[in-house]
Amino acid sequence: MHAWLERQIPKMVLAPSFVAILIFVYGFIGWTAWISLTRSKLLPKYDLYGLIQYRRLFAAPRWDTAMDNLFLFGALFIGIAMALGLLLAILLDQRIRAEGVLRTIYLYPMALSMIVTGTAWKWIMNPGLGIEAMVRSWGFESFSFNWVIDPDRAIYAVVIAGVWQASGFVMALFLAGLRSVDSEIIKAAQIDGIPGWRIYTAIILPSMAPIFLSAFIVLAHLAIKSFDLVVALTGGGPGYATDLPATYMYAMAFSRGDIGQAASSAMVMMGVVFAIVVPYLYSELRAKHV
Amino acid sequence: MSDFSAFSAAPRAVAAPARPGQIALRWLLFSLLGLFALFYLLPLFVMLTTSLKSLEEIRSGSLVSLPREVTFEAWRTAWSGACTGIQCEGLRPYFWNSVLLAVPAVLISTFLGAANGYIIAQWHFRGANLIFSAMLFGCFIPFQVVLLPMARMLGWMGLAGTIPGLIFAHVIYGIGFTTLFFRNFYVTIPSDLVKAAKVDGAGFFRIFWSIFLPLSLPIIVVTVIWQFTQIWNDFLFGVSFSQAGTQPVTVALNNIVNSTTGVKEYNVDMAAAIIAGLPTLLVYVVAGKYFIRGLTAGSVKG
Amino acid sequence: MKRSVFTATSALALALASMVQAGPEAEVLHWWTSGGEAKSVAVLQQEFSANGGTWTDMPVAGGGGDAAMTALRARVLSGNAPTAVQLKGPAIQEWYEEGVLANISSVAEAEGWDKVLPASIAAHMKCEGQWCAAPVNVHRVDWLWANAEILKANGIAMPNSWEEFNTAADKLMAAGVIPLAHGGQAWQDATVFEVVALGLLGPEGFDKAFVDLDPEMLGSDQMVAVFDQMRRMRGYVDANFPGRDWNLATSMVMNGEAAFQIMGDWAKGEFLAAGKVPGEDFLCASAPGAGFLYNVDSFAMFDVDGDEKQAGQELLAKLIVGQNFQKVFNLNKGSIPARVDVAMEDFDSCAHLSAAEMTTSSKEGSLLPSYAHGMAMRGAQSGAITDVVTAHFNSDMSSADAVDMLVAAVANSL
Repeated sequence: MHAWLERQIPKMVLAPSFVAILIFVYGFIGWTAWISLTRSKLLPKYDLYGLIQYRRLFAAPRWDTAMDNLFLFGALFIGIAMALGLLLAILLDQRIRAEGVLRTIYLYPMALSMIVTGTAWKWIMNPGLGIEAMVRSWGFESFSFNWVIDPDRAIYAVVIAGVWQASGFVMALFLAGLRSVDSEIIKAAQIDGIPGWRIYTAIILPSMAPIFLSAFIVLAHLAIKSFDLVVALTGGGPGYATDLPATYMYAMAFSRGDIGQAASSAMVMMGVVFAIVVPYLYSELRAKHV
Repeated sequence: MSDFSAFSAAPRAVAAPARPGQIALRWLLFSLLGLFALFYLLPLFVMLTTSLKSLEEIRSGSLVSLPREVTFEAWRTAWSGACTGIQCEGLRPYFWNSVLLAVPAVLISTFLGAANGYIIAQWHFRGANLIFSAMLFGCFIPFQVVLLPMARMLGWMGLAGTIPGLIFAHVIYGIGFTTLFFRNFYVTIPSDLVKAAKVDGAGFFRIFWSIFLPLSLPIIVVTVIWQFTQIWNDFLFGVSFSQAGTQPVTVALNNIVNSTTGVKEYNVDMAAAIIAGLPTLLVYVVAGKYFIRGLTAGSVKG
Repeated sequence: MKRSVFTATSALALALASMVQAGPEAEVLHWWTSGGEAKSVAVLQQEFSANGGTWTDMPVAGGGGDAAMTALRARVLSGNAPTAVQLKGPAIQEWYEEGVLANISSVAEAEGWDKVLPASIAAHMKCEGQWCAAPVNVHRVDWLWANAEILKANGIAMPNSWEEFNTAADKLMAAGVIPLAHGGQAWQDATVFEVVALGLLGPEGFDKAFVDLDPEMLGSDQMVAVFDQMRRMRGYVDANFPGRDWNLATSMVMNGEAAFQIMGDWAKGEFLAAGKVPGEDFLCASAPGAGFLYNVDSFAMFDVDGDEKQAGQELLAKLIVGQNFQKVFNLNKGSIPARVDVAMEDFDSCAHLSAAEMTTSSKEGSLLPSYAHGMAMRGAQSGAITDVVTAHFNSDMSSADAVDMLVAAVANSL
């Protein structure tokens, strides 16, 4: 009896968190799924109306833009932040004297919310106020950096600010990874006369594969949740050229009183999340049991 | 965050004698790092300089320039004089709300994460991985989705508009990440340790308190930094689940910065923004070193 | 008159104070958080406390009230609605239909609101015949602001038609001046659009298109002409306009970088704050065409329990429409009083023009709700229209395509 009880303790301690997650994550997803089948306007209503909200969603040109942007933004944001993070980590790993200071400088953007830094970025990217004006005032009259006001390029401006915010964190992940590669192997390679860059490409980077995966997941999660970034930097504009699913959903739910529509967009977003996370979870958990 | 290979901070590069080529390379390295540092510092630079300028200077001059005359007036206003509604007491009263809310929320969610991670990593039972996956997926849920049902829940629980209500919301949606951190850390500790302790007669709690928690400092640092940053910077929960008197500092900042039809005081906006970001900034500056160490100590690749 | 209102108010407050132990209470959710707006609300709070009330401030700024509406939804769903909420336009009726608004007819009838408010504005404050909100002010949206010096130097008068506007703008372009200061945010695009639409469709056409959402009107050739004019306007704007805040556009007019701006009368506050004098440094005129587009701020009272809170609602409603508050608030804010019997001596020339035109257009039936500022239709529809307007303005979409999109978007939003 006592032994049985002893075995149940872990489950009992875990239970509250599990129940909470069950209700507050999965219950709420279920609730959202239900609402997405209703014609809820200002407040949630529970009478079902079929798939009308999804039909409306897929008929809205703005939603198309938002989804296109999510994939474009996501790919660039994740790719560049990873590359930059890795580059910085490798550079910092060369036994740099001021490493502590530099590391903090690269890392600090993660500490600030975009509500805080958005205005500054807006100014910096604005051609009339920021970088373009500054460089032109130095005499380079033909210099142009006007992405933020160009509907076709504004999403790249959002990528820049996003990369600025997240790449330091990725740098930290990679730096930690570099520091934990077995130094014996590297020494051996150096003694064998293998050039430095080969050591990286052939030995160090392959051994960090799990970190690439972790970084990818953190960045994917940031990309999908990106909201403050767009609101603070472009407000979704010019036009709705930089709208993302998260901003679309927020606009529908809270400024337009169209909660049913917001719920349907949320469900599509959750589908995207699911498609990204489930393979990760699968590989992650399988690997642990090999 | 997962799968970090063996902890070893030993410097790996074997010191080579300096050659001219080597020195040039060194310079290139430094200038590259310096350039990147400039890129990262640029927004902070703009915010700082603007906050030290007078409004006239901002109206007339370039935004990306040093102040002609340094004034701390905007900082004083932002801290204790800017209007955030009919009260013009600056960020000060709200700052305290944020502290009251962030500190317990961080501690509770970190503690829960440690307990959960310990169980999932070390007390294998059927379904543990499924539970873990379920929690992990919770990390990805966009907060906009949960706002309305959460509001109703908090109403039922009688926590609507209160700081405990906000703490509750942050703890619930922090569990996923904190559990992930601790689980990935504890999974690297050989399970023989638990077996040996059990043989010695130690129980579930004893092993947690006396063996696992003392080992956990690096990952606690990582978790606390992560959670503190998330909770302190949160706006969406703060604005939705608060009422007069319990609004956190991000809401007050937003009230100062965002005015639809009022006159904008950019210097005060920027000073307020920096003040609101100061605690997290401080955490990163002070604990940044431990952050990397904590990540490095992340886990031994199994 | 003012005195008597005050006496009456105090008497009511006393009566209420003796009825309940604690005085009237109100938790007020609003998004007037900074500068002149905050000061204007403070006036109300002072009057409220002077009458024995306890005011709890719940300010949430951002996105022209979007963040406040987010907070409001969460508060209502958690069964913890604020006492009074800054709400406007058809959103008032929308909330009423959710069954969460309180009835303030007793105050409104005792105070005779029907007699002092223009009919179309009073209609916004009623839900199925009963009063459910109190109006604070009337912002006029269809203003044309101009830099006096530039117009004089280029020999241009304030335009009376869009033809004249175009001619003037072309002339300014040739002279190297930016004709139109504009900030490329969706709501600003929508503001220019509705002002152009009012001018080109006329008050009747505007009413059909943006109040009745008549698909025929929305898809008409006249609407194509509106988008054509928008395309021209796009040419009169400088390249850096996207994302610009409206007040920065206003300072372009102030500094002589640009000649005109189309913006509601809150822009006046910026001019005045910079020490500019109406009629001398800057000019204000109603935008070309007949009619008057109003943007009325108001407070709706939510259904709450507790005598103190209900007393607070009544007192608040009474004070909001009271003469004193209407005057002081609007002097601060740049708008004009919602009630028509407030003495206007202290107001400036732009406000006089606004008040006079409100009265005439109210008589002619051309006093119309602003769609861009959420007065004309519900959020889903106005949002759908704004999506099209801003997409057209920020791309090279043809006017015909824009009109097709407009019809489809409105149909999809219903």
